[in-house]
Amino acid sequence: MGDGKLEKQLAMQMRGITKRFGPILANDHVDLDVYRGEILAVLGENGCGKTTLMNMIAGIYFPDEGHILIDGKEVVIRSPKDAFEHKIGMIHQHFKLVDLFTAAENIVLGIEEKGEYNLKKVNARVAEISQKYGFHLDPTKKIYDMSVSEKQTVEILKVLYRGADILILDEPTAVLTPQEITRLFSVLRRMRDDGKSILIITHKLNEVLEVSDRVAILRKGEHVATVNTAETSEAELTELMVGKKIDLNISRSDPVNPQPRLIVRDLNLVSPEGLQVLRDISFTANGGEILGIAGIAGSGQRELLDTIAGLQKPASGEIVFHNPKKDKPVTFFHKSLKRVRELGKAHAFHDRKGNEVSFEGMKRRQIRKWVESGDVLFKEDEVMDLRNKNPLEIRQLGIHLSFVPEDRLGMGLVASMNITDNMMLRSYRKGSAGMLNRKHPREQAEEIVRDLEISTPSLTTPVRKLSGGNVQKVLVGREIAFTPKVLMAAYPVRGLDINSSYAIYNLLNHQKEQGVAVIFVGEDLDVLLALCDRILVMNGGKVTGIVDARMATKEEIGLLMTKSERREERAANE
Amino acid sequence: MSDKRPGEREPLFHLSRRHAIPWWQAWGIRVLAIFLGMLVCGVVAFLLIEKLQQRPERIGDFYYAFIKGAFGTQRKFWKFLKNIAILLCIALALTPAFRMHFWNTGGEGQTLVGVLACIAVDFYLGGTIPEPLLLVLMLAASLLAGALWGLLPAICRAQWGTNETLFTLMMNYVATYLVAFFLEVWVKSGSGVLPQMKTGKLPTLGSNSYLLIILIVLALTVCLYIYLNYTKHGYEISVVGESVKTARYVGMNDKKVIIRTMLLSGALCGLAGYLIGAGLDLSVSTQSVGGQGFTAIMVSWLANFNPLMMILTSGLIQLLNQGAAQISQDFDVSGALPNVIVGIILFFIIGSEFFVNYRIQFIRKEKEAVK
Repeated sequence: MGDGKLEKQLAMQMRGITKRFGPILANDHVDLDVYRGEILAVLGENGCGKTTLMNMIAGIYFPDEGHILIDGKEVVIRSPKDAFEHKIGMIHQHFKLVDLFTAAENIVLGIEEKGEYNLKKVNARVAEISQKYGFHLDPTKKIYDMSVSEKQTVEILKVLYRGADILILDEPTAVLTPQEITRLFSVLRRMRDDGKSILIITHKLNEVLEVSDRVAILRKGEHVATVNTAETSEAELTELMVGKKIDLNISRSDPVNPQPRLIVRDLNLVSPEGLQVLRDISFTANGGEILGIAGIAGSGQRELLDTIAGLQKPASGEIVFHNPKKDKPVTFFHKSLKRVRELGKAHAFHDRKGNEVSFEGMKRRQIRKWVESGDVLFKEDEVMDLRNKNPLEIRQLGIHLSFVPEDRLGMGLVASMNITDNMMLRSYRKGSAGMLNRKHPREQAEEIVRDLEISTPSLTTPVRKLSGGNVQKVLVGREIAFTPKVLMAAYPVRGLDINSSYAIYNLLNHQKEQGVAVIFVGEDLDVLLALCDRILVMNGGKVTGIVDARMATKEEIGLLMTKSERREERAANE
Repeated sequence: MSDKRPGEREPLFHLSRRHAIPWWQAWGIRVLAIFLGMLVCGVVAFLLIEKLQQRPERIGDFYYAFIKGAFGTQRKFWKFLKNIAILLCIALALTPAFRMHFWNTGGEGQTLVGVLACIAVDFYLGGTIPEPLLLVLMLAASLLAGALWGLLPAICRAQWGTNETLFTLMMNYVATYLVAFFLEVWVKSGSGVLPQMKTGKLPTLGSNSYLLIILIVLALTVCLYIYLNYTKHGYEISVVGESVKTARYVGMNDKKVIIRTMLLSGALCGLAGYLIGAGLDLSVSTQSVGGQGFTAIMVSWLANFNPLMMILTSGLIQLLNQGAAQISQDFDVSGALPNVIVGIILFFIIGSEFFVNYRIQFIRKEKEAVK
């Protein structure tokens, strides 16, 4: 490669590219060179402006200042069509395909060519390109029959078909399994060897090191450095990306006395459209342990958490909550007076001498006093069935089940409300009168802003205006403030910068050490392996395996992630 | 630069969303918009009003008409306040639904059935029972009728996810024809005009017959402000409005909230109908509400669903309306012209919100500035 570099030709140059969104400077005078026949990784944290920069090359945004030169000539790219004319193609994170069309039909969609429309010729040409770069794709297959990885292949072929020499891939590995990533990288290398320029946007360091020739690092909209991949390391890249040294190790303590907390047995869920989205799911989440859930996006992870949280009604199966309360005093912190009375009637309590507690004929005030004296104890561990209970009923049972949903601003929080009002979401019903009491939520809000170092102009700022990391801290902070026994978190670090991600990992670890049963749905296998104690792997709504995170490898999990799919394919072929 | 192909021109300007704007700047833009609107109105008036063309020096009178229309005489001023009160009352009624992102376009019909219900009670029971009892029964009838008109679309939306905008809009026509039907039944002469009732009139406070209505609406404004901002119900309305998913996530019963809020919204429209029926008209016609149910939508939106701000916006709209009436009187123009003038000013006011939210950047100019 050493000699080859000298011969390399410039494919594209960016000079002083600047883009503002309101007061936010997304790109600040970026200069970047791209050569023919190289894979250039564009690395940076979320919000550093890497996608914005690429969108300007692809004609989606127009730069406020600066020039783009292709083959040494200045060009103006006002639309994706202009970009194609300059042989630039972008593969977006969210695919833009027509489901009912075949691969080939999608590929030629929107090309204005003279002459007749001959699908056979198109198919042949697509097959030819596939062969050249080593794609496996049937051009006559419909999109709705395709896996995510196949859809991505169609997107790549789409731009190759249009003759693109500069390909931009926005986070192409986010939706792929480890095996699919390996395949994608080998295709990218072939394209590079064919003289194409490949820009790959990513924030995963190991992938950068594996596939790229050079790495351009952006930080806060500025192009801070470009380094040769062969001469750098993960630590150096992180430092350039974040601007300071960061310890990339996640501390993991051994679980102390793990006790079953949440037991799920043979859970089945059918979606309103009649699809079976969960199939015979069984697992146990222990207190003092982090249980990871891995799987390709859409394998049923979200539905599983929703069902446990009481947002969807399962078709069959059990969700049992174990509360290790034997010989522990009852408190009003977890139970309402009404609930305590009910339990008393059901002979659930005894006093310190071992006599049964009966509230028969007692006034509310007397019961309250007795319970508050700490002399009313549970006879047994509490075992409660959560199935067919909605979130409010679960809460009224005194079960502290916290849930950090995937959709932060659409489900976990109210985007237009401020931190205080968002803190109230779980607790606003407290107090008997119809008026809201904002005093306690405000104190709580102040507390989490201070403890989690949330940067916000004020407590009255709508959470929508906070950065992704701060939004997530508000949500996680609220769910933790609720002193959970079970804490479920779906993709809690998605879109967060490195510092915020580690802050979230630490919070989860802290909860685990407090004896909470933590369920963590993640997408980055490296993180799952480093953070969790056990990992449950899902595929197609089924559990394909539960592995010990200290022993398992990425490849092993990758296999489990695609396991049943293959079996089904084989069955279909037979 | 010489390499650019013909036709490859850079865009002249682009729009970007503002993230924050100081309040004085936002209000500056709004006031400027009103001034510009007035200016355009002046030009339009000059082009279309003959009397103004003959005597251009009367352009001052043209603008003065807006002030004269509302504040010219004591009688006009009280009428101004009364009109604000009725418009504000309907706008307040719509606001809980709007906060819930339930686009209740049926304020007109909900108010009209309110008028109809209280006049019906008055028609059948007036004179046979004591006056205070009659007034209470009339009020109850108005509230119930309005609530029912709001309840039907709410149930359908909560249960089957129907579109509330169309549903509430259609209910307006049902209300109108219901009134027409009862007028047929009640007015034997066939003239379709129901003479004023002799009974069931809201008492007057002091010497002014409008004062009670104004005070009721003022109290309602404060109550609704508190209800929406400081009660659990108000909080639930905001959460359901923003995201049903969030509401379910924390265990709120979104269907219950939708139905409860629309019952309230409809009942308050019914109250507005009662104020019109028992407080002002003592009669009912298909034009009893006169489109105020629709104007109220704008009052609520312009105030960003803030009840206190609605005092201002309903005042502004009423000022324009009475100004337009004054112009048609002073300059001897009839028909649509006064409405055109009101429309132009509203267009500018609503349009100004775009410039409050977005910024226009001229690329060339900026580039040169950099050089």
